[in-house]
Amino acid sequence: MTDWPILSTVTFLPLAGALLVLLVNDESENGLRNIRSITLLTTVFTFVVSLFVWIGFDNSQSGFQMVEKAEWLDSGISYQMGVDGISMLFVILTTFLMPLCILASWEAVQKRVKAYMIAFLLLETLMIGVFCALDLVLFYVFFEAGLIPMFIIIGVWGGKRRVYASFKFFLYTLLGSVLMLLAIMAMYWNAGTTDIPTLLAHDFPASMQTWLWLAFFASFAVKMPMWPVHTWLPDAHVEAPTAGSVILAGILLKMGGYGFLRFSLPMFPLASDMFQPFVFTLSVIAIVYTSLVALMQEDMKKLIAYSSVAHMGYVTMGIFAMNTEGIDGAIFQMLSHGLVSSALFLCVGVIYDRMHTREIDAYGGLVNNMPKYAVVFLIFTMANVGLPGTSGFVGEFLTLLGVFRVNTWVALFAATGVILSAGYALWLYRRVVFGALTKDSLKGLLDLSTREKVVIYPLVVLTIFYGVYPAPVLDVTAESVKALVENVNASINAAQTAAVN
Amino acid sequence: MTPELSTSLALVTPELIIVAGAIVLLMIGVFSSGRPGALVTTLAVLVMAVAGLWLAFFTGEGRAFGNSFVVDPFARFMKLLTLGGSAVALVMSIGYSRAHRFDTFEYPVLVMLSTVGMLLMASANDMIALYLSFELQSLALYIVAAINRDSLRSSEAGLKYFVLGALGTGMMLYGISLVYGYTGSVDFEVIASVISGQGRQIGVLFGIVFILSGLVFKISAAPFHMWTPDVYEGAPTPVTAFFAVAPKVATMALILRMVMETFQPAASDWQQIIVFVSIASMALGSFAAIGQRNIKRLMAYSSIGHMGFALVGLAANSEAGVRGVLIYMMIYVAMTLGVFAFILSMRRNDENVEEIGDLAGLSQTNPVMATIMTLMLFSLAGIPWLAGFWAKWYVFLAAIDAGLYALSIIGVLTSVVAAFYYLRIIKIMWFDEPAGGFQPMSAELRVILGLSGAFVTFYVLFGAPIGAMAQAAAKTFF
Repeated sequence: MTDWPILSTVTFLPLAGALLVLLVNDESENGLRNIRSITLLTTVFTFVVSLFVWIGFDNSQSGFQMVEKAEWLDSGISYQMGVDGISMLFVILTTFLMPLCILASWEAVQKRVKAYMIAFLLLETLMIGVFCALDLVLFYVFFEAGLIPMFIIIGVWGGKRRVYASFKFFLYTLLGSVLMLLAIMAMYWNAGTTDIPTLLAHDFPASMQTWLWLAFFASFAVKMPMWPVHTWLPDAHVEAPTAGSVILAGILLKMGGYGFLRFSLPMFPLASDMFQPFVFTLSVIAIVYTSLVALMQEDMKKLIAYSSVAHMGYVTMGIFAMNTEGIDGAIFQMLSHGLVSSALFLCVGVIYDRMHTREIDAYGGLVNNMPKYAVVFLIFTMANVGLPGTSGFVGEFLTLLGVFRVNTWVALFAATGVILSAGYALWLYRRVVFGALTKDSLKGLLDLSTREKVVIYPLVVLTIFYGVYPAPVLDVTAESVKALVENVNASINAAQTAAVN
Repeated sequence: MTPELSTSLALVTPELIIVAGAIVLLMIGVFSSGRPGALVTTLAVLVMAVAGLWLAFFTGEGRAFGNSFVVDPFARFMKLLTLGGSAVALVMSIGYSRAHRFDTFEYPVLVMLSTVGMLLMASANDMIALYLSFELQSLALYIVAAINRDSLRSSEAGLKYFVLGALGTGMMLYGISLVYGYTGSVDFEVIASVISGQGRQIGVLFGIVFILSGLVFKISAAPFHMWTPDVYEGAPTPVTAFFAVAPKVATMALILRMVMETFQPAASDWQQIIVFVSIASMALGSFAAIGQRNIKRLMAYSSIGHMGFALVGLAANSEAGVRGVLIYMMIYVAMTLGVFAFILSMRRNDENVEEIGDLAGLSQTNPVMATIMTLMLFSLAGIPWLAGFWAKWYVFLAAIDAGLYALSIIGVLTSVVAAFYYLRIIKIMWFDEPAGGFQPMSAELRVILGLSGAFVTFYVLFGAPIGAMAQAAAKTFF
């Protein structure tokens, strides 16, 4: 049992499910139900199997675990999978959000259900692959291939301007990634392999690190997204179907942060150190500027999208603080944001399914006939603001703590973002939920259905649980983060001593 | 028979099989009653298959006819690729030529003769053999372009191709004469040793430029691409498919042999030319395709771009680079044949349509066809995990190793631009409302599209053995 390739199993289970769905050749109502059920069962089963990965994961080790290796392309480019403390929880996050997405689109998606489910299952395989891949080329393949299903999802099942949004999403991300591809090639020639554990131990020449760092930055900054290359995100979020937005906010954005942690920081420590002020500047601008922009939005999804950019600013800032608090906080913030922003998009989806509009002005007074909805929306709004007791607080607090140790001014400006986020989030909540119920169209709205409760309540529980007791997450990441920080600082110190001598 | 002659004949047996087959098929065509087009085409494919098997399993390696003809792993690789491309293109023509009433038996015979020329090109080892084989394939191609003689567009395509092709050949011939004049030989190896012996000479340099211009013309790389869109659009679609694959593979073989062997001592000079041609092709192929509405014209620009990408590997001037070009050409052939099988299947009310707009909503009317085509287009755009990505991977890998950073960066950026117009076709197929479906595909096109789709999708699993094959072929020059 110990030799069973469990990571490959988790990764390719959804693909097997997609093949099953492909075989269902029945256009009737029954066939559609079968397709939905197969998809849901596949994703739930994948989640269960991934829990075994977590159970089998040894928190006290900093290296990669459950490593699988097989011959693949040339010498030095192999099929290799494994997880460490940094990637472990992203795998769980992916497999956890996926069944919720399928449930959320149970009734919302009525046209071309088969293609929709196949696209989602394919996407799940690729996303899990990104976090498990231990070979750069394999990583790139998973990373890039995710564009294909996401392009189709936004374009086919999206809103009015879906074509524009899908093209923008695809081309922006591709533009960033191709430069990373060249950097991967350069690394292959320099180190003779694309094996990630080997590359982590490999010292790249300082001048080369600068260019490699920039190339990787181009890709991850777009994916993250960081200001000023964030503009694809609001469009993609607004036009994507609800489940697409959840995946986008919950997981795809995390690939950028994961990339920084997995590659930029440990492989190019000198360049990371050099570019630290640059990243801090962009992060602070992102936090303050996009928070202000969020205040002005009329569209609920757009507002949440801008708040995502601001929250990702904390993540980049925390990562490049290059100390354990900052990086722990960044990982926690990513996981928490994966829960909270997904939940917010689901909340928007709930009323969008009823009213078919996302205009904030079209709502008001929902608390009168949707009390349960008002409560869960409140919890997630508070988590988005970073109220203590919710998971949002832990991440923001740790990142600010980490940054404070490095640069007080950056921490000061970033902290204003917390205030601004309270501004836009609470204002959104007030306009949608409170006030008098004056609009006739809203008077007939029903509260959360059973299906919606099943989707949203687990997120409520986790948001509060991790806000009160974050240890399960921090225990998993601790050792890997500690090792990462030590290695990075050792490289930087060695370079400084060399420069002094 | 002298021993030298018999070994020589043994080496050219595959070519002889096709020549003999062509003559016999011509006779069958002339003396049979009715319309023997389909029969002759089928037999022609069989003859090519026999020649291919013979080449793969019964032909040794060596030199023939006083060192003017060489069979080595590289030549064999390129010949098999050419034969495969020609045979599949012939299979595609059966249904189309019958529907458009030009199912003459001359067409398969001409394709066979042209293919013989291409096989000889891959083996040519001196300037005379080069020129003769080059002309054999070109002359047959000119006629094939105009094969649908009742169609004004086809005739125009043939004439255009002939006039511009003659210009290209003329330039090449002039280049050959210059090289001969300055080195005193037509033998590739002798030329190489003379160039490395006497150093850089302006006359030889001019010769190289002219020869490469003539060759580059045939792979339709910029700035010698002008004929491509018109000929692609005007020629009957199966002929376009043939043009898009076989001559390009054969000419690429010739270019590879010339620069890696004959002109290797002048590497720094031809590298500049190749880098320029490569950048020009990639940029032109990407930007000019954006405005196209006709799918055959679009494929013309797409092929210009792809030749630019293949040349990136050549510019690296290394074993990894040659391997990259070989893998690129193989994947290019597989993708192109699949796309043309798709284009041939764009039939509505018994008429072929060629506008991109006609594809609207295809994912709902013909979902299987649309899905495979979508994979092909993503592959052409170079998105992983599909085959097209690995093609680009190998050429850029070589370029990075050779330190050609500017070329690589320009290359990948133009590939993003190119992704835009492939995405547009996908958008029309998936996002737009259906505009009426297509007729069911014919059996042979279904097989070709299916095989091509499977190749593109599963290349990622079999990349290692295929790469090893290309590596073995590339070793020839090192």
